Amino acid sequence: MSDEKEIPTVTHVEGSGLPIRGNDIDTDQIIPARFLKLVTFDGLGEFAFFDQRFDDEDNPKEHPFNEDRFQDSNVLVVNANFGCGSSREHAPQALKRWGIDAIVGESFAEIFAGNCLALGIPTVTADTETIETLQAWVDENPDGTIEIDVAEETVSYDDETIDANVDEAQRKALVDGIWDTTALMKSNADAIEATADSLPYIDDSSFQTGRADD
Amino acid sequence: MSEGTLYDNVWDRHKVTTLPNGQDQLFIGLHLIHEVTSPQAFGMLRERGLDLARPDLTHATVDHIVPTDDLDRPFENDAAEEMYAELERNLEGVDIDFDDPSSGNQGIVHVIGPEQGLTQPGKTIVCGDSHTSTHGAFGALAFGIGTSQIRDVFATQTVAMEKKNVRKIEVTGELGDDVTAKDVILTIIRRLGTDGGVGYVYEYAGEAIESLDMEGRMSICNMSIEGGARAGYVNPDETTYEWLKQTDEFEDDHERFEELKPYWESISSDPDAEYDDVVTIDCSAIEPTVTWGTTPGQGIGISEAIPEPESLPADKQETARRAQKHMGVEPGETMDGYGIDVAFLGSCTNARLSDLRAGAEIVKGRQVDDSVRAMVVPGSQRVKAAAEDEGLDEVFTEAGFEWRNPGCSMCLGMNDDQLVGDEACASSSNRNFVGRQGSKDGRTVLMSPKMVAAAAIAGEVTDVRDLPKAEVKA
Repeated sequence: MSDEKEIPTVTHVEGSGLPIRGNDIDTDQIIPARFLKLVTFDGLGEFAFFDQRFDDEDNPKEHPFNEDRFQDSNVLVVNANFGCGSSREHAPQALKRWGIDAIVGESFAEIFAGNCLALGIPTVTADTETIETLQAWVDENPDGTIEIDVAEETVSYDDETIDANVDEAQRKALVDGIWDTTALMKSNADAIEATADSLPYIDDSSFQTGRADD
Repeated sequence: MSEGTLYDNVWDRHKVTTLPNGQDQLFIGLHLIHEVTSPQAFGMLRERGLDLARPDLTHATVDHIVPTDDLDRPFENDAAEEMYAELERNLEGVDIDFDDPSSGNQGIVHVIGPEQGLTQPGKTIVCGDSHTSTHGAFGALAFGIGTSQIRDVFATQTVAMEKKNVRKIEVTGELGDDVTAKDVILTIIRRLGTDGGVGYVYEYAGEAIESLDMEGRMSICNMSIEGGARAGYVNPDETTYEWLKQTDEFEDDHERFEELKPYWESISSDPDAEYDDVVTIDCSAIEPTVTWGTTPGQGIGISEAIPEPESLPADKQETARRAQKHMGVEPGETMDGYGIDVAFLGSCTNARLSDLRAGAEIVKGRQVDDSVRAMVVPGSQRVKAAAEDEGLDEVFTEAGFEWRNPGCSMCLGMNDDQLVGDEACASSSNRNFVGRQGSKDGRTVLMSPKMVAAAAIAGEVTDVRDLPKAEVKA
């Protein structure tokens, strides 16, 4: 049983950036629903932002994800309410598989940020002006290095160091390597049973094996 | 932080412990699963050699990819067939109830939970679907989760979560004729923004909410996520209890009902509960509401002018410009008269029996405009059967609507029900995002079922109040 999986810490992310501009970029834009008809997440990377990247004949359109200069980038820089809409983990899975390791933005939709955390992708926030300045700098410096210090909550580039924000639970989970919570939560089996036992609507509080007897 | 709200009360009752990262570990009373977001989680479970902790608290159905016309297996669409077959494989030899189409209980996951009585006050409910907030209508704490969290729930029957703030949205006044719960929630989202609810859970309260039936409350809670709030709820009351009494869980077990009722009452918001924020909205002034843009926050009353982008807050202007270009609308115009090609009455927001009745009342004795392809997709097999008992299917088909089988259908275009090219759709669903209904050039106008019915007849967005009504109830 590989229950006790080693979870890496995510204290720093370093690399070049790419900007995706616009508020309220929803998960249907990040990964259109028709690409969700798969039983694994493999291969989703090529479909990230598909409808923004390709026309009806699948010819590439102007989009940062199509630009040669951003092909090695791993830090996405976005605006407000990024990832709003559905709960599909396919959205951060597609970005991750395309090559994104961290996202810096003005704000994130809640389920999206939670899904990113479950994959070890930090979602770092800063104010509008700071983000727009960073996006402009990334455009000018596609090979320039951005360094995210998750523990210190800073984003550094050029000679700048941004005082950014990382949600407290996210920060601790990433820095301490406890962002994959399955084994951690499973180890509280007794407390889970006790909670279930205290709820009037639960008939049988015991853990079940999950397999039918027959 | 809030104190004594239903959210606090349910949270406290389900909290297992605080994790080292500061998040709370919450016990989950009901885990709903479907074919799109569960296969990868089952895969992760196998990869780690983990078993399901509580199959008895897990309930499965198929909704997202199922065709709404021909349900014969194998499905014509190979990818859909593969997803369905994968769910069947994952459920093989596992004690999870599965409402497949042969059961007569299949339907959209957020329709079947409430109709079977699985959804109850004071339960924690999760599903790999953001519209899980729907179940909050019963005073449950219900929210959407991602696939990694589905894995967590499979393995432990718990999730790791941070506690949020609670905003009470007090809806006062009385709804006007033909103004529905859908119009209220579109107005709330317009007012508070698509990200106004981030970090919050919404408690819907006030006389206008209390006077809504359960279906209306579900439409409101359903779209909490469109306002950025992961969960929304209404405190349980007599309306809630009346619904519950008629469900599978309690109709033959009055004793169980009486046994649980004190718990349901105990988790309701205390009269002196403290909220992090309170917003009051007077619903008397709300008109039938439609969207003009590509986010659910871009709504207006049917007689109101589409706003100039410059008149909006700075951070909304660019989105508004892009949206107006996509939709082909001009500021200063109203949406009244906006031509449509498709009318879709369906989705987890508005495909319950009362929604179909409301639509039928408008279409009875009329004809769908020649330019419009119109379809009704009932929310579940039970809704479909109940509607057929009342003859609603005939009302719709005689008017020129297609009468389909249940599923998510054209709400998100994962089956063959999709917009083509730049078709415009009058839709009772929840999202008007670009590409949402299957075509990246497609144009979605969100509205209530009544307004969808009216648009189908007129061939354009129109004010339902201008159409005389017919009597359709048996």
